[in-house]
Amino acid sequence: MSETPTRTALRPTASGRLQAWLPRLVLAPSVAVSLFFVYGFMLWTFVLSLTSSRMLPSYDFVGFGQYARLMANERWWVASTNLMIFGTLFIVICLVLGALLAMLLDQKIRQEGALRTVYLYPMALSFIVTGVVWKWLLNPQLGIQAMVRSWGFESFEFDWIVDPDMAVYTLVIAAVWQASGFVMALFLAGLRGIDDSIIKAAQLDGASLPRIYWRVVMPCLRPVVFSAVMILAHIAIKSFDLVVALTGGGPGYATDLPATFMYTHAFNRAQIGLGSASAMLMLGGVLAILIPYLYSELRSRKHG
Amino acid sequence: MAALEIHNVRKEFGSERVLKDVSISIDSGEFLILVGPSGCGKSTLMNAIAGLEPVTSGNIYIDGEDVTWRTPAERDIAMVFQSYALYPSMTVRQNISFGLEMRKVPKAEREAAVERVADLLQISHLLERKPAQLSGGQRQRVAMGRALAREPKVYLFDEPLSNLDAKLRVDMRTEIKKLHQRLGTTIVYVTHDQVEAMTLADCIAVMRDGHILQLGSPDEVYNNPVDMFVAGFMGSPSMNFIRATLEADGDGYALRIATPDEADLLLPWPTARHTAGLVEQLDKPVILGLRPEHFSEEDVRLSEQAEGTLLEAKVSVVEPTGADILLRLPLGEQEITARVGPKCEVSPGERLALRVDMSRAVLFDAETEQRLA
Amino acid sequence: MANVIRRQTPAAKLWRGVLYAVLVIAALFYVLPLVVMLMTSIKPLSEISAGTLLSLPQNPTLAPWTKAWGEACTGMRCEGVGGYFWNSFAIVIPAVLISTAVGALNGYALTKWRFKGSELVFALMLFGCFIPFQVVLLPMAQTLGWLGLSSSRAGLILVHVVFGIAFTTLFFRNFYVGIPNELVSAAKLDGAGFFRIFWRILLPVSAPIIVVSVIWQFTQIWNDFLFGVAFSAHDTQPVTVALNNLVNTSTGVREYNVDMAAAMIAALPTLVVYVLAGKYFVRGLTAGSVKG
Repeated sequence: MSETPTRTALRPTASGRLQAWLPRLVLAPSVAVSLFFVYGFMLWTFVLSLTSSRMLPSYDFVGFGQYARLMANERWWVASTNLMIFGTLFIVICLVLGALLAMLLDQKIRQEGALRTVYLYPMALSFIVTGVVWKWLLNPQLGIQAMVRSWGFESFEFDWIVDPDMAVYTLVIAAVWQASGFVMALFLAGLRGIDDSIIKAAQLDGASLPRIYWRVVMPCLRPVVFSAVMILAHIAIKSFDLVVALTGGGPGYATDLPATFMYTHAFNRAQIGLGSASAMLMLGGVLAILIPYLYSELRSRKHG
Repeated sequence: MAALEIHNVRKEFGSERVLKDVSISIDSGEFLILVGPSGCGKSTLMNAIAGLEPVTSGNIYIDGEDVTWRTPAERDIAMVFQSYALYPSMTVRQNISFGLEMRKVPKAEREAAVERVADLLQISHLLERKPAQLSGGQRQRVAMGRALAREPKVYLFDEPLSNLDAKLRVDMRTEIKKLHQRLGTTIVYVTHDQVEAMTLADCIAVMRDGHILQLGSPDEVYNNPVDMFVAGFMGSPSMNFIRATLEADGDGYALRIATPDEADLLLPWPTARHTAGLVEQLDKPVILGLRPEHFSEEDVRLSEQAEGTLLEAKVSVVEPTGADILLRLPLGEQEITARVGPKCEVSPGERLALRVDMSRAVLFDAETEQRLA
Repeated sequence: MANVIRRQTPAAKLWRGVLYAVLVIAALFYVLPLVVMLMTSIKPLSEISAGTLLSLPQNPTLAPWTKAWGEACTGMRCEGVGGYFWNSFAIVIPAVLISTAVGALNGYALTKWRFKGSELVFALMLFGCFIPFQVVLLPMAQTLGWLGLSSSRAGLILVHVVFGIAFTTLFFRNFYVGIPNELVSAAKLDGAGFFRIFWRILLPVSAPIIVVSVIWQFTQIWNDFLFGVAFSAHDTQPVTVALNNLVNTSTGVREYNVDMAAAMIAALPTLVVYVLAGKYFVRGLTAGSVKG
C-alpha cells in the first residue's frame, strides 16, 4: 500500500505497487457486476415502474401512476394480504416447530443424526418438487381427504386446496414442511453453542429442566431467532416457485403472492410498468425487515 | 555501517499515534530486544521493519540501503512469528525451503540449505512431517529454521517463546542465545518478558506509548534506569520505590523516610554517588529506588566489616522460592520486598535486621519520575 | 445438554417415551410425503384411483419412470424430462465452478489484503444475497437480449453466476477470516506474491469451505425455477421448469404416477448430494446466518 513518500525516500518499486493494486483488481469485476446487475438493475426497475410500459419497456414517464394503479388493484391486495397471512404463519410455525424439535433432539437421543437428516432433507428439494408433491397429497379426490375417508371418517373434509378461502393455508403447510428442518438446525447449533456451565449453574440453583430451557436457554438464543426470522421472511417474500407448483395462484387468484403477481403481470400480461412497481414494493418489504435487523446487529456489536 | 537503522519513524493508525519518532541504530551481529508493556508499539515497530505495515513518516535502512518503501520480500528480512505461522499443508522440508523456492534458488542449493538448517536445529528427523504433527517446541524450531535457511541480513523474532510452557521457554531461550553466538546474526527481538530481554540482549530498547524510553545494554538498563518506568519494568520482583525526603547530613546527604509510630529512618546517601543536581532537591520529596537484592540478611559475625546501612523491620510475609526467600516488610509508610538467602530463618511477625547496599540505590524526582542520581 | 444428570424415576421414563414418540411422529411428517411420492410413482394408474395414498403398490412398475423420462408431455413437446435433466447439469456445473472460484478469490482478497474500503466493498456485494430477484428480472431480460443470450444456456449460466457470487464470497470471506493473517505475512516475507500465496498457502486448506460452497450453489441453482422460467426457451429449460410444465399441462387424464416419477427425477440429484454430504450442506446453511 503506497502512502505519500517523504522527500528522502525512494518511491515504491513497480512490483510493490502492483501487489498493492492486485486485490482491488481481483475484486473489481465482482464489484462491477454487483453495481450493474444488482444496484443498476434495481434502479432500472424503479425507472420502469415510473413509466407506462406495457409489452415492451417505453420510457414515457407517468410519475407514480403505476403505484396508484397497484393500490387500486384488487388482485394486488389479495396478494399482499396473502403474503401477510402466509408469511406470519409460516415464520411462527417454523420457529415453534424448529425450536421444539431442536430442544427435543438436544436430549441425548441415540438416533439424533438420523432424525436430523430426516427433518432437514426437504430443504434440499426444489420448491417446485415440494409443490408438486403436496398438490398430490392435498388432492381432495385422491389425497389425504380420500385416504382418511377410506378409514371410516366419511365426513372428513380437507379440500383446502380448492377452497378460495382456505387455499393460502396449504401454502403454509408445504412451506413449513420444507423449511422447518432448517430452523431446527439453526436452533440446534445455537443450543450446542451455549456454555455448559450456565446450565450447570442453573441446575445447582435447583431449576427443573423445562424451567432451565425457558428462563436460561431461550434468552441465549435470541440472535438465532433473529437470524431465523430474517431468513424465513426472506423466503416468504420471494415465494414464487411454491405457489406456481402447488396452486398456480388459484383457485382464481386466491393464493396469489406478490412474487407471482409480479411475474404474471410483467411477463404474461404485458404490464411491465405495473409489474415493476410491484417488484419495487417487494424490495421495499425486504428492506423493511433487513434494515432494522442490520441496525440492531450493529448496535449490539458496538455494545458487546 | 549500521546493519539496521530506524530513523524518526512515525506510525499513525488514523488519528492514533502508535509510534512517535522512533530512532534506533544497531550494528551487524547485534542482538537488539524491544521490550515494553502491551500496546507500547513494539510489535508495530517490528511489522514496520519487516515491511508488513507502511510507516507514516521516517526511514528504515538495512545495510545502508533505504528500504522504507520496499515490499517485505525485497528487504531480505526473515521473521519468526509468535504463532510460528507454519504453512499447514506443507511438510517441514517444504516450509523451510519455501522462501528459497520463491527466490528461485536452484533445487540442489535448496536441499543443502534445508539439511544445514535441520542439522543445526536438530529437526532432521521431522522433515517429512506436517506442522499439525509437531509439538509446540518443534514447531518453534521449524519456524526458526525457515528464517535461518534464507540467511537474510536481519532476523526478526516476534515473541517467539510466548506460546511455550515455562520450562521449554527457558530451554529455547538458551538455544537462541547459543545460535546467536555461533552464527553472529543481526537480530531484532520483541518480548514482554524482561527476563528474556536481560538474558538474550546485547542492547535493550525499553518502549512505552510509542517512545523508546531507554536504549542501552542490559547492565545499563538494569542498574542505571533513566526513569521510574524503566526501573520498575526491568527486574523481577520489581524495584522498590520508597518515598523519602532529601536532607543535608553533615557534608553529604541523607534520605529521611517517615515512619509512623517510630523514629524516622535515615539512610545516608553514599558520597561516591553525589551529583551536582542533588542540591536543588534538598528538603524536597524524592523517590528512593532499591532493588530487592540490595537488601541482605545481617550476619552478626561480620557486623564490624559490613558495608551498607543497618535497619530493622517487622517481617509481614515470607515467600520462599527455593533458591532464595522474598520478604515483605514495612519501610516507613510503605511495604517493600527484600530478597535474602534461602537459609534465613524468620517467621511473619518477627523483627529482622537487614543491611542495605546504598551504593546501588537510585533516586528519582517525585514529580517527573526522572532519575536524579 | 449432554452432561445433564437424568433422574431414573418412572415419571422420567414416561417423559422420555413421550419425547421419542413426538420425535418419531415428526419424522413421519417429514418422511411420508417422500414415501408417498415414491410409491405413487411405481403404481399403475388403476391402482391409484382404486386405492389411497398409503396403500402399498400391488403391481409395481417402472413404466411411469420411463414415460416421465422420455415421453411425457411438457407443454407442446412430448419428450419427457430427460433432456431437460441434462440441461440442468449443463447449466449448473459451469455456474457452480465459476461462482465458487470467483467467491474464493474475492474472500481471499477481502480478508488477507485489506485496504481502505474493503469492508464497504464486502457489504456492497453482500446485499446481493438479500434482494428479491423479481426486482432484477425485467432488466436482466433486456440485458440478455442485448448480449444475444436470451433463452440460452449461457445466459442462464451468466445469471446464476452473477447472483451466486454474493453467496460464495460470503462463505469464503467468513472462512478466511478464521485463518491467521500471520500465514500470509510469513509468505510475503518469503517472497510470495498475491496469487502465489492463494494457490500455495490458502487453497490447500480451503477444502471444507469449497465443499460447502459447491453443495450450496449446486442445490440453489439446480432447484431454481424463477430464472429458469424467465430466461429459457423450450430447448434450454432446466428440469424444474420442465417438471412444472409436465404437471400443469392438462391434456386428458392426469397421470399422477408419471407426475411423481418426474418429480423424483428432478429431486434426485440434490437429494443424493444431501445424503452423501449433508453435514456440509448444513454448514452452508448456517454459515450465512452466523454472520461474522
